[in-house]
Amino acid sequence: MKGLSRRGLLTRLGIGAGAVAAAGLAPIHFDAAAAPAAPSGRLRRWAMVIDLRRCDGCQSVGTPPQCTAACIQGHFAPEPMEWIQVYEAPLEGRGTQFIPTPCQQCQNPPCVNVCPVGATFSTPEGTVLIDQQRCIGCRLCMEACPYDRRFFNWGTAPIPPEAMFMDYSPEHQSPAIRGTVMKCDFCPDMARAGRLPYCAQGCPNRAIYYGDLEEDLATNGTEVVKLSRFLAENNAVRLKEELGTEPRVRFIPGHGEQVGRRPTVTGRKPTVWPWQKLVQGATSWKR
Amino acid sequence: MEAVTGAGGHAIPATRPHAADGVHAAPGVTPAWRARLEERGLAPLARTGRRYWLWIGFLLAVIAWALHAYQAQLENGLIVTGLRDRISWGVYIASFVFFIGISHAGTLLSAILRVTRARWQMSVTRMAEFITVVALMVGALFPFIDMGRVDRILNLVQYGRWQSPLLWDIFAITTYLVGSTLYLYLPLIPDFALARDRLGPTAPAWRRATYRLAALGWRGTPAQRRLLDRAMTVMMCVIIPVAVSVHTVVSWIFSMTLRVAFNTTVFGPYFVAGAIFSGIAAIIVLMAVLRKLCHLEEFITTTQFVNLGYLMAAFTLIMGYANLNEYITHGYKMEGAFPFHFAQLMTGPFAALFWFYIVGGLVVPGFIILNPRTRTIAGITAAAVLVLVTMWLERYLIVVAGLRVPLMAYEPASYAPSWVEVSILAGALALFALLITLFAKIFPVISIWEVAEHRGPELGPETSAMHEPLRRPAIAEGSTT
Repeated sequence: MKGLSRRGLLTRLGIGAGAVAAAGLAPIHFDAAAAPAAPSGRLRRWAMVIDLRRCDGCQSVGTPPQCTAACIQGHFAPEPMEWIQVYEAPLEGRGTQFIPTPCQQCQNPPCVNVCPVGATFSTPEGTVLIDQQRCIGCRLCMEACPYDRRFFNWGTAPIPPEAMFMDYSPEHQSPAIRGTVMKCDFCPDMARAGRLPYCAQGCPNRAIYYGDLEEDLATNGTEVVKLSRFLAENNAVRLKEELGTEPRVRFIPGHGEQVGRRPTVTGRKPTVWPWQKLVQGATSWKR
Repeated sequence: MEAVTGAGGHAIPATRPHAADGVHAAPGVTPAWRARLEERGLAPLARTGRRYWLWIGFLLAVIAWALHAYQAQLENGLIVTGLRDRISWGVYIASFVFFIGISHAGTLLSAILRVTRARWQMSVTRMAEFITVVALMVGALFPFIDMGRVDRILNLVQYGRWQSPLLWDIFAITTYLVGSTLYLYLPLIPDFALARDRLGPTAPAWRRATYRLAALGWRGTPAQRRLLDRAMTVMMCVIIPVAVSVHTVVSWIFSMTLRVAFNTTVFGPYFVAGAIFSGIAAIIVLMAVLRKLCHLEEFITTTQFVNLGYLMAAFTLIMGYANLNEYITHGYKMEGAFPFHFAQLMTGPFAALFWFYIVGGLVVPGFIILNPRTRTIAGITAAAVLVLVTMWLERYLIVVAGLRVPLMAYEPASYAPSWVEVSILAGALALFALLITLFAKIFPVISIWEVAEHRGPELGPETSAMHEPLRRPAIAEGSTT
């Protein structure tokens, strides 16, 4: 033993490990300058309210759910991905309700906690995104997500010509990369540009409100609500509240009663991926 | 027996007596016995028959087929597996847990039993340590096989987050692999020296050179013995907590998620117990195989089988207890999705596998071992094979049944392994066997010096060898001469 004592070696190892750990904590992927603040001067906290009283699973228009369809078309989401998926859940008693479910944008996100490489991360705005250029495809986040909101590129998803020249960003995730995970990105880039997410735009019944908790405002495209009051007055709930994931997506309980749906009329049109039909030799898989 | 020259044999240069000769010996060790031990222990190193090469060829063929399957997976993506979004882990991750589990064989036998100063296990510590090192090497491949973007493996270094259970696994398994390799190597040093001194001139030069190098100039001097003794003591104290940590963090990959079936505090100890349980079974099977193939009947006797069998029987109870804990605490309350989970396990699509695990893996092996009429080498080996198979199934059930519990209002998914997954599992088993086969050709499969110095020949029917009066591990105290 010469030069380096045992204690010295251990100290150096400790310092090295500390440095590595600190490097892992450095913020990533977020350009604060590109994220204009709310009038309060603080960052936006994007949120969504889905009014289930106005969701009939698009039974009345006789199409697959238009939120899902708009999302698929806007993001070129590969089949069978439904980043916002309309589940039909049984109601107590008789009948069903439709629950459009995007990524819940948890503020205590289990998926972000377990990611080994920081490929899925929370932005300072509180949005949970995935960097498909960093994802190693271990799927630990898919096991961790209690809402079934993550999708894996099992095969090579087709890429439409429009997506070929898109600048990749975790905020719109196109083009898809095989062997990586995708999910609803909450469209923060569109929100910054003053537009609603595809799903909110697509909803024929205007059931999806999108807004900013910081400014306490949300809109479904036709009306603007004061978020805190809207949530309180309508008894808004969050999915699996008991898990403590603190979602940014709220639901106003209902079963389409405001748009004339009877809960005993069940079923909806299955989701389709029309853009994918236009791509030659497209591969897809089952969910 | 061309190249082997036993102590009682012919070609040992009188000028170079082997260091350990005669000085330190367990009671009852005669020169003839010791010669037989050395001959049997070193024979595989010197002789290679045709059947050995056939076996190697067969294993290589299976591995080649698995590589072909893996290539299909690399080319097309994980779409070639039966995995999909809702059950996105399957055979690969179950096998990962299984292999890391059986790696606990070595730790148990050579560290835990060494710490408790048992002596009977001396004859099989080497094999157990083989299993540890090889199972870790094979098991650690699975998370990478399971990865969607294995080409981005270095992201784990560049962007690795210590907050992720996957990183804990990488740290724990790497530490364990390094530690158990060292722990395999340390007691090998005197045996390398033995091989160096005993392998005659007919052995290829590179081989003798390798042993000379690996023996690190071991002469068995008191100073060397003191050093080795200390190093082994340190390693055995280090390796036990590391082994416990390894399987605990493997279980945390699951229990750090919000999945109903994984969300339990019993997983850590349950996985460690399962690991040791399957590790014991693995060592019993390997012991039975190598005992036959290397003609070690004199040195590996009913004692080892019965004692390990008792340990395995004890672990059937521990496993049953852990299962009871898990199922009764949730089954009594039946909160949330547990009714679904229990139904699918006990009466639903997994019922056959589940009951085969409970009955075939816990009940039957216990009875085989406790019944004196079946408590034979064949009986205990059969019980161990049952345990190995059912422990793999148990891992499979944890992963697949756990993930099948629906999270939202959708129909439960289904999963069946594809030919790619089955082929890769077969390839991994073949790789495991191949590495063991190669190890057995390079290293003595029995720790010759330890058996000669601390165990000695069987002195009558001793199934109670665990309780034999304490003999200090005397390597450090040996008188000079």
